[in-house]
Amino acid sequence: MPNPQLVMYDEEYRLVTALCEKLLREANARVIFLVDKNGQLIAGVGETERFDTTSLASLTAGNIAATGGLAKLIGEKEFSILFHEGEKDNLHISIVAGRVILVVLFDNRSSLGLVRLRVKKASEELAALFNGLMKKAEEKEKSGNPEFPFAEITDEDIDNLFR
Amino acid sequence: MSFINYASREINCKIVYYGPGLCGKTTNLQYIYNKTADGAKGKMISLATETERTLFFDFLPLELGEIRGFKTRFHLYTVPGQVFYDASRKLILRGVDGVVFVADSQEERMDANVESLDNLRYNLEEQGYDLDKLPYVVQYNKRDLAEIVAVDELQRELNPTAVPDFEACAVTGEGVFETLKAVAKLVLVDLKKGR
Ligand SMILES: Nc1nc2c(ncn2[C@@H]2O[C@H](COP(=O)(O)OP(=O)(O)O)[C@@H](O)[C@H]2O)c(=O)[nH]1
Ligand SMILES: [Mg+2]
Repeated sequence: MPNPQLVMYDEEYRLVTALCEKLLREANARVIFLVDKNGQLIAGVGETERFDTTSLASLTAGNIAATGGLAKLIGEKEFSILFHEGEKDNLHISIVAGRVILVVLFDNRSSLGLVRLRVKKASEELAALFNGLMKKAEEKEKSGNPEFPFAEITDEDIDNLFR
Repeated sequence: MSFINYASREINCKIVYYGPGLCGKTTNLQYIYNKTADGAKGKMISLATETERTLFFDFLPLELGEIRGFKTRFHLYTVPGQVFYDASRKLILRGVDGVVFVADSQEERMDANVESLDNLRYNLEEQGYDLDKLPYVVQYNKRDLAEIVAVDELQRELNPTAVPDFEACAVTGEGVFETLKAVAKLVLVDLKKGR
C-alpha cells in the first residue's frame, strides 16, 4: 500500500496534545490542529469549538495536496510552509514528519515571526513523536495487535450500522 | 488509508465517487446529505465553479454509528469529472479506502464512461493501488432517462470483474444508499481482512 495506516494510541495522543498545548501558549495562537495528509483530524487544541474542525481538516489537506502538486510542476519537492493572511486571523500551515499537517491559527496578539520560530521547534518534537508512532504501529501490526477492534467484526455489526 | 484512533476510539475511512463529468456524483452526495440526520453528518463542502461544476472536490463527512465501541466515520469525496481536471483527481484519490464508479447510463455518454474508468484505473496504479484489490462498487445512474444503455451491456463494458453494482436515479435517491452501504461494507470487511 502507498501509505501505511495511520493509528493513534492513548499514550501518544496525550503527548501530541501536550506538545500542541505548549505551542499554543508559546506562539500565542488561538487554535492549533494536527491533520493527516488524507484530511483526517488528529488533534486540536485551543478554541476548537468555534470552528468546524472536520471541514477544516479536509480543506487543509486539499490545500496541501494542491500546493504540493504545484510544487512538483515547478520542480520543487513540496512547499513545506503555507501562510494565509486574513484581516483578523491568519493561518500558518506546515508539514511535520512528511505526512502530518500542523495548522496554527493566530491573530494580532501574535506575529508571523513568533509563530514561525515556535513552530520550528515544536515540529522537531512532533516529528520525533510521529516517527516513533509509525514504528510502534508497524510492530504492533506485525505481531498481530490484540486491541485491534475490527478483527472479529461480523456481518451483523456492519449491517447494524445502516439500520 | 483509514485512520484508527485508539485514544478517541474512532475510525475514519475515505470513499471516493469517481466518474465522467455530469454523471451525478455530486447529486449522490447531496441526496445522502439531505437524507441524513443532523447529528450524523457534518457540513457538505463543494468546491465548485460559478456554474456549479465541481472544481476540486465535494466533501461530506458521515458518522454511521459504532462498531465494537469505535465511532465509524466515512468521509465521502467526489472528483471533478472533466478531462482537464486530471491533476486534481489524482490528489483526491490519495489515501482512498473505497471507490464508487458512477456511470452515466445515457447512450451518448458511453465513451465518456469508458474513458473515465480507464482514467480511474490508471490514476490508482500511478499511486500504487490496484482497482481490483480495492473495495469497489459500480453505479449505473440516470436510469430514469429515455435513451439509455441496457444494464447487461453496461455490465459488460464497465463491470467486467462483476463487483457489486446498482441501478440508480440520484435525483430521486433510488439506489443511492444501496450503493453507499455496499462500498462501506466492503471497506469494513477489508479492514478486518487487513490484519
Ligand atoms: N435525470 C437525471 N438527472 C440526473 C441524475 N443524477 C444527476 N442528474 C443531473 O445531472 C446533472 C449533473 O449532475 P452532477 O451531480 O452535478 O454531476 P457530477 O459532475 O458527476 O458531479 C445535474 O443537472 C443533475 O441534476 C439522474 O439520476 N437522473
Ligand atoms: Mg460534481
